[in-house]
Amino acid sequence: MNLGRLIWREILHRPFSFVLAMATVTVAVGCLIAVAALLGSHDLRSRTMTMEMNEEAARLESEFSAEMKAYEDSVRKNMKGLGFNVFIFPEGQELSEVYAEGFASKTMPEEYVKTLANSNIVTVNHLLPSLTRKLKWPEQNERTVILIGIRGEVPLSHRDPKKPLIDRVKKGHLVLGYELHKSMGLQEGNATTFLGREFIVQKCHPESGGKDDITIWMHLTECQELLKQEGRINAIKALECNCASIDRLGEIRREIAGILPGTKVIETKSKALARAEARNKAKKHAEEGIAAKKDETIKLKENRAKLRIENERKYAALQGVVLIATIVSVGFLAFTNARARQTEIGILRAMGTSTGSILGALMSRAFLIGFLGAAFALLIAWLLAGALQDGVLQGFDLLSLQGDAPLVLIAAPILACAASWLPAFYAVNRDPATILRND
Amino acid sequence: MTDPLLRTTNVQKSFAGPNDSTVSAVEEANLVVDKGDFVALRGPSGCGKSTLLFVAGGLLRPDAGEVVIGGENLYRQNTSRRAKIRASKVGFVFQQFHLVPYLDTLDNVLAPTLARSIPDAREKANSLLEAFGLSNRRHHVPATLSVGEQQRVALARALLPEPKLLLADEPTGNLDPENAEAILSHLLTFSKDGGAVLMVTHDDRAAEQATRSILMDKGRLKT
Ligand SMILES: Nc1ncnc2c1ncn2[C@@H]1O[C@H](COP(=O)(O)OP(=O)(O)OP(=O)(O)O)[C@@H](O)[C@H]1O
Ligand SMILES: [Mg+2]
Repeated sequence: MNLGRLIWREILHRPFSFVLAMATVTVAVGCLIAVAALLGSHDLRSRTMTMEMNEEAARLESEFSAEMKAYEDSVRKNMKGLGFNVFIFPEGQELSEVYAEGFASKTMPEEYVKTLANSNIVTVNHLLPSLTRKLKWPEQNERTVILIGIRGEVPLSHRDPKKPLIDRVKKGHLVLGYELHKSMGLQEGNATTFLGREFIVQKCHPESGGKDDITIWMHLTECQELLKQEGRINAIKALECNCASIDRLGEIRREIAGILPGTKVIETKSKALARAEARNKAKKHAEEGIAAKKDETIKLKENRAKLRIENERKYAALQGVVLIATIVSVGFLAFTNARARQTEIGILRAMGTSTGSILGALMSRAFLIGFLGAAFALLIAWLLAGALQDGVLQGFDLLSLQGDAPLVLIAAPILACAASWLPAFYAVNRDPATILRND
Repeated sequence: MTDPLLRTTNVQKSFAGPNDSTVSAVEEANLVVDKGDFVALRGPSGCGKSTLLFVAGGLLRPDAGEVVIGGENLYRQNTSRRAKIRASKVGFVFQQFHLVPYLDTLDNVLAPTLARSIPDAREKANSLLEAFGLSNRRHHVPATLSVGEQQRVALARALLPEPKLLLADEPTGNLDPENAEAILSHLLTFSKDGGAVLMVTHDDRAAEQATRSILMDKGRLKT
């Protein structure tokens, strides 16, 4: 006979009590593993989620930058081909007035066109001098018209003569806007009087739905004569300026300012500009989208971290409760076991067995309960690891926690012993005489 | 002069009763039990017989007086020394047998080896079982034994460490005359072989077997 045999025999004699205590430990350790696994699975999920979002952002970015590069290239090409238009207004001209009225009130010498044409200007392809005024047509019930004197294109001396961009108006002729020729019943070839001078209608424009419908075009020289503005113009239109840099207007302004100091240069809307603006808008939009995606990723990370802390707290509370419940129930089971064994303990003591030996037997039993309970929980976890990884743990591998198994196998028996200590100590130190009395 | 095996001197023991009262269980008990003695302790129920037995066996500290076993003053020793004295010199037998329920007959008889190592314990246990007619019950647990068999197992267990003194509290109280007779004859043999027996009993026939009979009344011994 030895203590080991005594312990073993007792366990076989009261297997239910032993298994129940062991199962309690198994449940507690199972809870511990579950919490660790759920937190691990949460972390794993967080990592894959942020990784996916980072990837998405990176993909958007690279997709966008490739698209943008292609688009920018095509816009550049288009802009080079299309060119864009600028107006040059006289020095001292208020641009606000131009925007309000549609033309400049100040004038500049017609010579400016020649100066510009003879300079080595590279950014401008076509130059169109004009003189524009709003006035009443005395012969037509003082109706308001816009008179534009144009001369056609001025060739740039340093380049090959270019194909003229707009129709010239022949001397003694007028080109009429839709509203004018329609109300007056005029057709090409008809004659009409304007400011006391006889003109032939050279062309009738179709309806445009704008100022052009009340505009009269005539030869610049005749216009200057009629308005008593000989040798003066109030705008030069430069067409198809070709300049692909981002700050193209600035570049043209600098060049023109070098030749015609004091003049004002503005850009008129062109297809190319609209496209460039669309591109800028698209770019901004895409960049905002990417920034939002990145923002979202950061927020997600924060939220997942917050959620983890929250979960950790919840789990810690739960675990605390489970731990206390386990200690109480293991302690209680140890107490009932010790009670059931009190005569046995009494007789062992009467025979002279030391309290230390008896306590050792009781604590060994508690140790076994803790160790086997924990081992059983670990075994179940090990067996279920595969199924859980595919299921509730969303890819988290329980086996990655196995480094902590030795700790659990040490801690569980210690806790079981701690829980059983008091009842065991009490039982062993009860007065054997009281227990063994025959009354 | 050599010390007797057991000597109690002016042993006094009382218990706390309800409402601060005290119950005096043993008063001024002077008793000597020596080798070869088979002493029967008799008296009405509640007179303090069991209490005196526990005090004599070192299981219950008296309020006053001394208990000496084999020259050692029991209650001047510490608990573990007292346990060692019990393990080597004293055997107990109770009316309820108090066998360990999950150990078989052989293991129950071998239980004293948990207290101290006993040379050739297994052989001794087997020969005791043989002598007590329990050889064929060696691997039975107490629940499957008759009461007579259980008391014989308890006696065999008490005898395994070869004690000098056997303290028996109504060992035949639960037994039929035949089984009681068997137990009493074993106790007599033990005392004849140089042991000492102090037996509490209500049974007149048991007392007749004893070499000496002591009467106890209201905590006091009368010779
Ligand atoms: N632990 C105890 N606490 C309080 N009173 C006790 C205790 N043990 C014994 N007594 C009391 O001491 C007295 C003597 O008890 P004891 O058991 O020694 O009597 P006994 O002679 O053995 O009786 P019986 O023949 O019925 O076994 C009784 O009155 C009993 O109630
Ligand atoms: Mg009694």
